[in-house]
This record gives sequence, structure tokens and C-alpha cells, in this order.
Amino acid sequence: MIFTDVMVIGGGPAGMNAALTAAESGAQVLLVDKFQKLGGQLVKQTHKFFGWADRGAGTRGFNLAKQLAAQVNAHPNIKTLLGYEVIGGYPDQTYLAASWEDHVKISAKKAVICTGAAERMILFENNDLPGVMGAGAVQTLMNEYGVLPGESFLIVGSGNVGVILAYQLLQAGAHVDAVIDVLPKLGGAYWVHAAKVQRLGVPLLLRRTVLGVYGTEHVEEAVTAEVGENMEPVAGTEMHHKVDVVALAVGLMPLTDLFQMLQVRTEYIPELGGFVPWHDELGHTTNPNVYVAGDAGGIEEATTASLGGSIAGLVAAKELGFPVDENRIQEYLRALSSFRESSLSKKVLEGIERMRGDSNA
Amino acid sequence: MSRRIQEHPILEFPRTKEITIVFEGRELVAHEGDTVASALIANGIDVLRDSMSLHRPRGLFCAIGNCSSCLMVINGVPNTRACVTPVSQGMTVERQRDKGMMP
Repeated sequence: MIFTDVMVIGGGPAGMNAALTAAESGAQVLLVDKFQKLGGQLVKQTHKFFGWADRGAGTRGFNLAKQLAAQVNAHPNIKTLLGYEVIGGYPDQTYLAASWEDHVKISAKKAVICTGAAERMILFENNDLPGVMGAGAVQTLMNEYGVLPGESFLIVGSGNVGVILAYQLLQAGAHVDAVIDVLPKLGGAYWVHAAKVQRLGVPLLLRRTVLGVYGTEHVEEAVTAEVGENMEPVAGTEMHHKVDVVALAVGLMPLTDLFQMLQVRTEYIPELGGFVPWHDELGHTTNPNVYVAGDAGGIEEATTASLGGSIAGLVAAKELGFPVDENRIQEYLRALSSFRESSLSKKVLEGIERMRGDSNA
Repeated sequence: MSRRIQEHPILEFPRTKEITIVFEGRELVAHEGDTVASALIANGIDVLRDSMSLHRPRGLFCAIGNCSSCLMVINGVPNTRACVTPVSQGMTVERQRDKGMMP
């Protein structure tokens, strides 16, 4: 059994920041991640982040991951348990973490859960054919392992993930056939990214959906069509795309299994990506020993995840009796709300309001 | 055919030691630091398993250990996630054709 004050689950931007602020407050922290390497999904981001300088603005994602991991590894109060996935949580604040070979029991007074999100799937003919991948999977292969899973790509979804993926594919020397979106306007992508991709000759096709992909053992062709007002495909508008990968960037959903296991109430909030653990602005859930930060609490992005992590780490330490500077919490909260003033956060704010309003927790 | 990125404006992929894995009886070159999935895909192998009842080909989907699209028989152990399992010298890798029985 490993005993710790605060266990942080997930070593992405939210988790690493939570571990750091809890440890800086004097708590003993155990940071658990199922991968052998810290960084979460930051490690596959080659673009520079927006936001505040002290939250890594102007720094490329993978470098930000390295910087945070170095701070985590250097902190005497933080122990890491890598290659282990927390698969069980019990009412007496014990947890079970398993690797492929082995398992360990953990007793943690507080748990900050930063499990992130999983890629969504959409329906179309043969959507299980190899070559249909989550956008994140393409990023992982090309930016972490240096492997391009195909030569020509169709990207479905013009949000941040889809548009950034298109740019990253061009950087890696691949051909991007098109980025399509079922909506009549660009998804939640930063305008500068979208403009850059279009300048490089990638068509952004709006009001268009995938009907199916075809090939024997691998995608050889994708067929798309325009959609009408009722979102039904319009006959005669089909386009045949000679591509070997169709990357789905159609949204993410929070990974909430552990919250459900720990009796945290979850709410269905589409604006936040689906089921999310009910939580307040400090990361409290309906279980007094369980906190949430990052995409696990609602899909946003790395800057808000890291601020949320810093807040939850401080709050968990404070509630264990460690001396915490209240001003620091307030400062992070102000940073969070000023970041969310951007119009891209409108939907998220509505979702948060609905989640809190729905609840009598 | 190599799918390994040779040049990149931002990232560097230092050539790590080459090792050999055995895929369905065939020797393949992998690089230290690869996962089983990245090594297979670099070698042009996209079908990682069959679906359980209809036996349709399945490939990599999430690459981060969340879905079950890449379950393979690795060193004789079925239901192993190829996307999060690091390669090692001489490792045997087979496509999973069924539910997978413990050896």
C-alpha cells in the first residue's frame, strides 16, 4: 500500500499543475499516469499556445510538457507512478492501480482526477475500416513516433483539433485532401490557424458530411456529400476523395468512469462534451475527497486545464490543513474567467452554468 | 515503403536503435521507443485484429489506450493494447482473431 496526502490521476496539463501546487503547499503527492511518460496530450502538440506567458503562451505544446514534467520530477514532495492505470476506487479512499504486470494499492486522503477525454465517433458506412482514426491518434503517431499512417488525409471536423491537425500533417509532409464540417461555418478553431491552412491550399468544405469509406482492408476512398437544412445528405452533391486516412475530429467526451465508481454525481451537459462530474469552480465534486480538473470535467483546452489543475491542487492541499495563500487561488480564478471571455468559450460557459444550475449539490 | 517522417520543420525524430519484432512469423524492423502499433503501421501493416463476431478488419483508432480497436496477441498474451505496449527485441505479435483465451 502506498500512502499519500493527494493522489493526482493523469499527468497532462491539469494533472501536472495540480500535483505541483499541492506539493508546493506541503502535501505529499502521488501522480499516477497510465503512460510511461508525463505530458498527456500536450506531447503531440507542435503549435504555440495562446493565453498567458506564465501558462506557456508562445511555447509549443511538447516543450510545455517537457518543462512541466521537469518541475514535477524535481519536486521532492511528488512521487510518480507511471505505466499504471487507476482502475478502482473505494469508499475508504483506497484505490487500485494496475500495470500490465502488476498492481498496487494506494491510500489517498484526497484524489484530484484529471483523466482527460476520449475521441468521439460518428456513423457512416464502414466506419470501422482501418484508416478511420481519431484525429488524436494521427497526431500521436506522427508527432510522437514520427510515423505517418497514410499519404492522403481527409479530416472530418473544423474545430481546433481538425484544423490544427491539418496544419501538422502539412508540416509532416502529408497531403490533406480537405477538411469538412457538417456545420455552415467553421467550428471552434482559432481563425489564424484556419486561415493558414487555407492559404496552404487545403479546402475547407462546409455543410458536408461523410457518407462512407471504401476499401478492402484499408480506406482507399471516402465519399462525402452536402447536407441540407435538415442535415440530410443532398443527392447529387457527392464527392469522391482518394484518401487512405479519414481523421475524425468530431469532438471529445470526458472520461468519467472513475467519478462514477466514486459515487460522484454526473450530469449530461452536451456543451461540455457529454457526461461530466458535477463540480464547482474550485474543482469540488459531490464526493468531498474527489476533485476534478481539465477535460475530464468538460472539454476545453490546455490553458484552462492547467489553471483548473493549479486551483484544484491548492484547494485539496488547503482542505487537508496545509497553509495555502488564498490570493493565489483567487488569482488563478481571475485568470480562468478572463481567458474564458473569448467568444470561443461561450458554449463552455453556458454548459458550466447549466451544470451548476441543474444541481442541488 | 517507409512511413517514417524523414524531415520535419519543428520536431526531431532521432534514429533510435533498430530492433526486430516477429509479426505473424515475419521479422520486421522496429525502433526502440516505438509502440507495437507505431512499429506495425510504420511497416505498412494497418490491420491489427479481426472484429469478434463479424471478423471485419480493425485498425488503430485512439492510440492512447482508451478504445479496444488494437487488441493483439503480444508475446502470447491476448487482449494486449498494441498502442500502449512498447516494442522489445524478439517480441512476437499476432493479429487477434477471436475473444482471446488466456494461455
